[in-house]
Amino acid sequence: MATTTKEPPSAGAAKTPRPPKKERDVQGSGRLSALLLSPTIMVLALVVGYPVIAAFRESLYKRGEVLDAQGFIVESERFVGLDNYTAIFSGENADAFWNAFYNTTFFLVVTVSLETVIGVAMALIMHQALRGRAFVRASILVPWAIPTAISGLLWRWIFQTDGVANAIIGRQILWTTDGFHAKLGIIVAETWKTAPFIGLLVLAGLQMIPREVYEAAKVDGASAFEQFRRITLPLVKPALLVAVLFRMLDALRMFDLPFVLIGPNKDSVETLTMIAWQEANNLRYGPAAAYATVLFVYIAVLAYLFVKLLGADVIGEARQQRKPSAKRKKLGKVSA
Amino acid sequence: MTAVTAPGAAKSPRASKGAWRRRLLYAGVALVVGYCLVPFYWMIVSAFRRPANQFENTPLPAPFSLENFSAVFNPDNGFGRSLVNSVVVAGVTTVLTLIVGVFTAYALARLDFRFKNALLGIIIATSMFPGISQIVPLLKLFTDIEWMNTYQAMILPSLGFALPLAVWNLNVFFRQLPFELEQAAMVDGCSRGQAFRKIIIPLAAPGVFTTAIITFIAAWNEFLIARTMVNEKDMQTATVAISKFTGSATFDQPFGTQMAAGVVVTVPLVVMVLIFQRRIIAGLTAGGVK
Repeated sequence: MATTTKEPPSAGAAKTPRPPKKERDVQGSGRLSALLLSPTIMVLALVVGYPVIAAFRESLYKRGEVLDAQGFIVESERFVGLDNYTAIFSGENADAFWNAFYNTTFFLVVTVSLETVIGVAMALIMHQALRGRAFVRASILVPWAIPTAISGLLWRWIFQTDGVANAIIGRQILWTTDGFHAKLGIIVAETWKTAPFIGLLVLAGLQMIPREVYEAAKVDGASAFEQFRRITLPLVKPALLVAVLFRMLDALRMFDLPFVLIGPNKDSVETLTMIAWQEANNLRYGPAAAYATVLFVYIAVLAYLFVKLLGADVIGEARQQRKPSAKRKKLGKVSA
Repeated sequence: MTAVTAPGAAKSPRASKGAWRRRLLYAGVALVVGYCLVPFYWMIVSAFRRPANQFENTPLPAPFSLENFSAVFNPDNGFGRSLVNSVVVAGVTTVLTLIVGVFTAYALARLDFRFKNALLGIIIATSMFPGISQIVPLLKLFTDIEWMNTYQAMILPSLGFALPLAVWNLNVFFRQLPFELEQAAMVDGCSRGQAFRKIIIPLAAPGVFTTAIITFIAAWNEFLIARTMVNEKDMQTATVAISKFTGSATFDQPFGTQMAAGVVVTVPLVVMVLIFQRRIIAGLTAGGVK
């Protein structure tokens, strides 16, 4: 079996077929699944797994000029241990790092909260809408379909000094220069593009709530607000949590929007991805890899905490209640 | 609704309450649609302005003009070439993602093997990785093996980003197909491969198609990889090319041209979204992910 080394789990399954599953396992599905899974595993190992490990390894090295045995200056990489990390946290790069770290976290908190509130409000409105649902749904997909880089340019144009944003508010704010208003610009553009996405996912969750629940609550004399707080929110929570989790991950790796809307090397909007990219572009792979690894760990920790504390069940939903939810989804679609 | 059937005295206040509710709802819907479409509308309006009137803020382009569009296709920008690059990169990424993803999703949805949930979890988790932690080492690797400014240097990393979500989406679609169909085919003498080819693939075609659209849009919108792996003008994709347009003076950003190019790049997507909105929404909500 050539796949043994590549795919230990399913190769193992092939060797020891389990009796209880025998009835579904018609034709040696262990080997078949190994065969079917290996391309994906190979691609992911090559393009995702290897780079993460390579980035960590890279982050322990520093490229520099050293003298070789003959006394010539040569470009080489030498092992520097955790120097790149200490440089990030407390050394020469500390200011840039903590600034980017703060920006990334700030954008994460502000944009995701705004998007959640606006997205849920949008979903509630769309759910109530009787006519023109198709039109509303189509228009809500438009911000999602516009490439982030293009929407960055669009908002840069809107936020020009003599642009339409200043014309509307009647001020002369230099939005796209370095400063707090640049942050505001990013927040507006980011929220515009992604709040509809949350609205879409929440709407799908809303459509799965049976109408009878609300009727029963109405009979019991629950006010609209009570219905929202005690029925809508708890029942829509799984869909909302998954949506928020994925938005969080996206917000943490933000790059295109600040890069195009404000530009590189601007303190007020520089994110972790941007400084890592900047370092890599200047061939300082060691520090770049260290930034990337720090971001990776930061994302992993936040995602873990989010899943643990709030119980966002990303794969479990499909795993456990897949049949009822699939059916209900179909019903929801028909009634929509 | 109940207001209409309510008799006599109770009628008027409740009816007016219902009317108010409806009016409020329409206002809300208008707000949602406006929120989504007004900035996009501004891009279109700005694209059709005459460059001389570029900074006017009238809601319609006063002298309607296509000058910005002809500027987009000015040979200096190499925009036509970059559109071709975008189509190649996004197209190949989509096709490869689907070929690889369909088999994996089928195995995950249909076959039993140990560590299945763990594997599914790992595949989902890889979609959460930040792009930059892949790009830094890949940039170094591609520089070493002289893959810079090639299609594969853009396609391969995009594949890594697209694959987990495609597998997840397809997995959900495969699970919705009744298992009995396949069993019946196998009872009738089909092999598993034949059952897959003749029963599952045709039935899953809508799901595959949906995944293809979503993957294509994501690959078409990609910026970070394309910006990193390519520095030659001939190889840049459209999104990168537009962000690098230069005006007549060095620091003069040619917004009109950029908006026109944005329209060129976005309108096909928006049309696609309008036509396939039901499918796209089904796909987006099935995975619960981008």
